[in-house]
Amino acid sequence: MGEKKELLSGICLGAFGAYVSIEALNLPYVSEFGPGPGFFPLWIGIGLTLLSLLLILANFFALTPDESRERQSRLSIGRALVGWSGLILAIGLLQWLGFGLSLALLTLFLILVLERRPLWTALSVAIGLALGFHVIFVLALGLSLPSGPWGF
Amino acid sequence: MEALTNLLLGFSVALTPGNLFWCFVGVFLGTVVGILPGLGPAATIAMLLPLTFKMDHTAAIIMLAGIYYGSKYGGSTTSILLNVPGESASVVTCLDGYQMARQGRAGPALGISAIASFVAGTVGVIGLMLIAPPVARFALRFGPPEYFALMVLGLTMVVFLAGRSMIKGLLAMLVGLWLAGVGTDLFTAESRFTFGHMELLDGIDFVVVSIGIFAVAEVMVNMESRGGTELFKVPRGIRNLMPTLKDLKDCRFAFLNGSVIGFLIGVLPGAGSTIASFLSYGAEKAFSRYPEKFGTGVIEGVAAPEGANNSETGGALVPLLTLGIPGSNATAILLAALILWGIKPGPLLIQDHPALFWGLVSSMYVGNVMLLVLNLPLVPLFAQILRVPYFILYPGILGISVVGVYSVSNSLFDVWMLGLFGILGYAMRKLDFPAAPLVLGMVLGDGMERALRQSLMMSQGHLSVIVTRPLSATMICLALAILIMPLVNKVRSFRLKAVEQDV
Repeated sequence: MGEKKELLSGICLGAFGAYVSIEALNLPYVSEFGPGPGFFPLWIGIGLTLLSLLLILANFFALTPDESRERQSRLSIGRALVGWSGLILAIGLLQWLGFGLSLALLTLFLILVLERRPLWTALSVAIGLALGFHVIFVLALGLSLPSGPWGF
Repeated sequence: MEALTNLLLGFSVALTPGNLFWCFVGVFLGTVVGILPGLGPAATIAMLLPLTFKMDHTAAIIMLAGIYYGSKYGGSTTSILLNVPGESASVVTCLDGYQMARQGRAGPALGISAIASFVAGTVGVIGLMLIAPPVARFALRFGPPEYFALMVLGLTMVVFLAGRSMIKGLLAMLVGLWLAGVGTDLFTAESRFTFGHMELLDGIDFVVVSIGIFAVAEVMVNMESRGGTELFKVPRGIRNLMPTLKDLKDCRFAFLNGSVIGFLIGVLPGAGSTIASFLSYGAEKAFSRYPEKFGTGVIEGVAAPEGANNSETGGALVPLLTLGIPGSNATAILLAALILWGIKPGPLLIQDHPALFWGLVSSMYVGNVMLLVLNLPLVPLFAQILRVPYFILYPGILGISVVGVYSVSNSLFDVWMLGLFGILGYAMRKLDFPAAPLVLGMVLGDGMERALRQSLMMSQGHLSVIVTRPLSATMICLALAILIMPLVNKVRSFRLKAVEQDV
């Protein structure tokens, strides 16, 4: 028996493959123009399911877990997920606060919470980045970025 | 002799002070556009189009083409330095380019990218000059079965991108193919896998997926430890920031490979620089003496795709100028520009507008030299980006990612998708699934499905149409050979081990 994560990814992808196949069966396999919209996804779903089974089987017959691979501590994965949550929060704030302020808040969060740097460092980087992005992308390139009630 | 006379005519047009100026403006804007995410060459050309109405047409096409091929030079910069591919053709450059940057070799990676771009870009122009009309006629023989076979050949590059597990590489590729199918079916207008979201009817943009699984996932991996992973070493001194003679020697085949594959793929309308860069990377790895090192920071892994990406430009202008067929968004806008000026691209263009055609070709030689002179001195400057402390760099990368994705269609939904693909990319990294095959599947999926369905419509459902036409049959055989190659190698190494044990 190999690693648990291999088994888990095999099961997840197998389930996804089954879902794709079932959804594809609800679409016409053949249309008046030839192969229908369900044709290609059905074969993709079947391929995903079969290869996932192969992955599970290969893992089943693997005698020992691969010790050479680095074991991830829960703490390090947790840190990455906290950083990702910060990004998701900032994306959620884009339509309310605009790009500049959301980026500044994300920067503050990453530097203060994850990196534990002093407040003044976090503040100066956050303000500098927000201003830099505004100058380059909005003023110089004329891109339209999400803006808050104050216009940036 | 005739080509030489025409070239002299071209240079007499391209080397006038006015045209030299517009050529410089074009390549400079192109470089900037290539480096900065969010503003591709197609959008830039479209924005500048109204300004060209009062310009001389030759000067205008020289400038617009300069933006087009100049952006290819700049495109590798963010891939190498930040693992942020600004366009699909730069994805392959991330694989070895970013690894080189992590090892303190960002300078040589950027330098070899500029040199490969120059060499292959020049070869592409020579190809455009010498063999444009016959190659264009050959490309017309490509029907849906040939395009399908070409896409299959492109997909077999998964063999070279799969990493340790072929099963995982194939699974990632299938997920990419599925992602390409999300949205409205072009043949029947039926929606597929849209989960009730109107925003998904147009499909998922490639930029969203690639920035998510490459850039956001990379930032997440580096967030795992406080202070970030120590990855950005930049040696001091210009000598350490440029490719060495050994690097150049190692890349000589990559220059050739990138030039030839890039040009040939460029000639095929719709094939595009992404396939060219993937194919040339695969070819480089297949013929390398150390294929196992690809993906860990091999300089040929940067030179080959970057060369192909630039040589493709010369190739893509062949069907555009000689047949009036654009192969990409940027060439479609160039076509629109020509038509708006009252110039009809097609077989008679060279005959009716020799100064414009040969002036453009000659300006591309000049433009490539300008780009090399412009880009090489900037390498040390760009490499300094890596000296920026990680706690500034990471929010900056996330900001650039959001800008790049949002500017595709000004959609916040796309930014949410960026977050989703970021976590998917991180999970793939943790579970040892390679990301490049997913991108490969996504890039080729749409065209492959269309070509397959058109082929089956042509043949009333008989798959044999793909193997009975000589061109498609050859490509399918080549694809099979590439797929079988790793198995043969495995059997051979197993046999050698068995023989050694017997001895």
